[in-house]
Amino acid sequence: MHSAAQTGEVTLTPGSEGDVTLTPPGSAVLEVRELTIALPAGGERATAVSKVSFSVHRGEILCLVGESGSGKSVIAQGIMGLLPPALPVTGGAALLEGEDTTRASPERLRQLRAARMSMIFQEPMTALNPVMRCGEQLDEVLVHHTSLSEPERRAKIIATLQEVLLPDPARMFAAYPHQLSGGQRQRIMIAMALVLDPALLIADEPTTALDVTTQAQILKLIADLQARHGTGVLFITHDFGVVAEIAQRVAVLRLGELVELGAKDEVLKRPRHRYTKMLINAVPRLEPHGRAADTDAPVVLETRDLDKTYVDRAWFGKRRNVAAAKRVNLSVRRGQTLGIVGESGSGKSTVARCIVRLIDPSGGEIHLHGEEIARRSHGDLRPLRRRVQIVFQDPYRSLNPRRTVGEAIMEGPLNYGVPRAEALERARRLLALVRMDAGALERYPHQFSGGQRQRICIARALALEPELLIADEAVSALDVSVQAQVLRLLEEIRTEFDLAMLFITHDLRVAAQVCDHVAVMHQGVVVEYGAAEQIFLQPKHEYTRALFAAAPGRDFAFGRA
Amino acid sequence: MTAPETESFESLSVESAAVLRQESAWQRVRRNGAVRFGAVALALLIGIAAAAPWLGTVDPSLFDAGSRDLLPGKTGDITTLEGEIIRHTFFMGSDSYGRDIYSRVVFGTRVSLAVGVCAALVALAFGIVFGLSAGYLRWLDGVLMRIMDGIMAIPAILIAIALIAAWRGSLVTVIVAIAIPEIPRVSRLVRALVLTIREEPYVEAAIALGTPPWKIMLAHILPNTVAPLVVQGTFICASAILVEAILSFLGVGLPPDIPTWGNIMAEGRVQFVEYPHNVFFPGIFLAVTVLAVNILGDGLRDTLDPKMAKRV
Repeated sequence: MHSAAQTGEVTLTPGSEGDVTLTPPGSAVLEVRELTIALPAGGERATAVSKVSFSVHRGEILCLVGESGSGKSVIAQGIMGLLPPALPVTGGAALLEGEDTTRASPERLRQLRAARMSMIFQEPMTALNPVMRCGEQLDEVLVHHTSLSEPERRAKIIATLQEVLLPDPARMFAAYPHQLSGGQRQRIMIAMALVLDPALLIADEPTTALDVTTQAQILKLIADLQARHGTGVLFITHDFGVVAEIAQRVAVLRLGELVELGAKDEVLKRPRHRYTKMLINAVPRLEPHGRAADTDAPVVLETRDLDKTYVDRAWFGKRRNVAAAKRVNLSVRRGQTLGIVGESGSGKSTVARCIVRLIDPSGGEIHLHGEEIARRSHGDLRPLRRRVQIVFQDPYRSLNPRRTVGEAIMEGPLNYGVPRAEALERARRLLALVRMDAGALERYPHQFSGGQRQRICIARALALEPELLIADEAVSALDVSVQAQVLRLLEEIRTEFDLAMLFITHDLRVAAQVCDHVAVMHQGVVVEYGAAEQIFLQPKHEYTRALFAAAPGRDFAFGRA
Repeated sequence: MTAPETESFESLSVESAAVLRQESAWQRVRRNGAVRFGAVALALLIGIAAAAPWLGTVDPSLFDAGSRDLLPGKTGDITTLEGEIIRHTFFMGSDSYGRDIYSRVVFGTRVSLAVGVCAALVALAFGIVFGLSAGYLRWLDGVLMRIMDGIMAIPAILIAIALIAAWRGSLVTVIVAIAIPEIPRVSRLVRALVLTIREEPYVEAAIALGTPPWKIMLAHILPNTVAPLVVQGTFICASAILVEAILSFLGVGLPPDIPTWGNIMAEGRVQFVEYPHNVFFPGIFLAVTVLAVNILGDGLRDTLDPKMAKRV
């Protein structure tokens, strides 16, 4: 493998020069030299990317890792010549097979794209044209770049669709993007990117929007294809699991600067830079925390055969029933965390929303401290609402943009008749608890970052002194370092208030860190439920096993040499 | 996790390092060129309307048989209500009764702005009530929206003419007649906004916090409809000013003795070939006013409601 950085390319990784490299000199498909891209004046910093240098060799996968705002996507756009006018390249070069794409004319860039360099994106649905058949979209690439006749093009497309392992290529050719699943769409994107056999493939978070089992398949596909074609791949991701899975070399970006570059094992196991160390430390381990859970603690929440069926009533045509949750039996004890783990559409959020009674369950019982709440009218429910609080996934939409943070936190207590002065005092205390300045009370949500907003949401949920806190993918939208901070905060709160916690996540690593018990959901059904230790160490159900097998970087020991 | 690690954690995290300097909506609005231009032009017009008696005008209903059909800039006599004859310079000429067009146009600004602003406010007020009800009370939705669809099926100007014919023309009836056809559009907009906003996690969080429905409506949903409604309001205002002028021009609006731009143009129409100034000056004022309000609305839309800017 081409594990070493080229001599002189990076000064950050001394020692890598001595490594044996199989890469003949000069075979770099992409060489980025001191690339600098400016940000508009008055922004957070002067440059989006400053003096970044790295290279991608033939047949190599280089992972570009960084948190949001690190400039990793901007680099990709710079190479592809897709930068908006507000972000000009002010220095350096990106040499694609020796040709600087940052200075190429629009005409030349059009020739290079798809033919010599191509890109796949995070959202295959928006990257594909919804009103064009998939085959036509692939055909377009061939029409513009080759002189093949129509039957030849069709044969080539079918062959490519076969190569990306799409079932029934002839049907896929005629399908519209919305008729395919997310994974299939991403395969179409990959087919489109590779149909002309480019030298460089840029993959910008290509699996972030996919479920973990689909992600595993797509990662394998990209690795297989690039090995077969000898394509150089620049793989952009924020997920260290994915890095461990696919990378040969890793480049770490922080605020537009390259802080570390080296072979995968070097960077992930023996990181040199403090920032890389911090990031890798923040990656949750995929093994249960091993904390003993008290089996005698009182049960706070219990669901019995909880059902939620959505009925699709059309004016004409048949009624369709969709069972989002079927016969769900769960219980959470005081001071403990129950994790509900599953992929999208598994019904895990439906269960949470039923318990908070944001939606009405269609069957079964929900007992909160022995009181049945599934059937109560919304009026009767009010006194009980304060006992269950929820924190949502999207910190940007969870706070009303037109109300101050103080008003948001005080809302609950004021609803339950707490005097204003006391509510304000409580809000101050809670902000301190979530490690935020009391000055935040007067400010509006847009002045805070995602992690800070999530802290505010936690404070708001705690203001009613609930007995059960539901975290619905509460850390999924956060960068890994921020995620670690919020997880630690939730853990502290759980211990301090002896809270029962229902933790809903798709991320097995996160679940392993916080859960005492785990319920694995698949298509609305709890397929496996038990102590975290047992689920993680001896999964019984085949779906659970498939889920674990798909977890990226599962066998990789981060930060351990 | 050990203490030193924790420390480096907070200090190295990209997020805490980044200072958030996101501008507030208000700052963006103030920097927008279109908003500035529209606001200055509109402020000027409001100034003219407010200071009408002190801008070298005479009573717009005064006439003098001796000063009929004067060209702009000419000087002539005019008789006041007390019977006193004064010399007056007709900046914009006079009409076939010998009335000062400049005075009439300046006073007409009052009517146009009053109609525009009041019609917009009336349409918004009713539209908000109907839209909120339809969006939040699902059982009312079907009935209310079908009524609105019905109103929208009739051309606005026809409804206005019919209503004024039934009530006789006065400032209030004109305003109401112009506002009514606009209500369905506002209701639809508010309803659509309510339907989206009620699914937002912050509304769900409020439900979980035990906030009663009326408070969710007023404290969480309504404030978030303000930006698009302000934008919509400016467009209603511009169209109301135009419709008022059209109604007056057709002779079904305010009585001809009240100086409005439409009335002045209607009276000048017959002599347009010989004395185009009768139509030209009120026409220019009307065009500039509508343009200013529309530009202001466009600027507000771009800054307050980027999503809508893409949609429209």
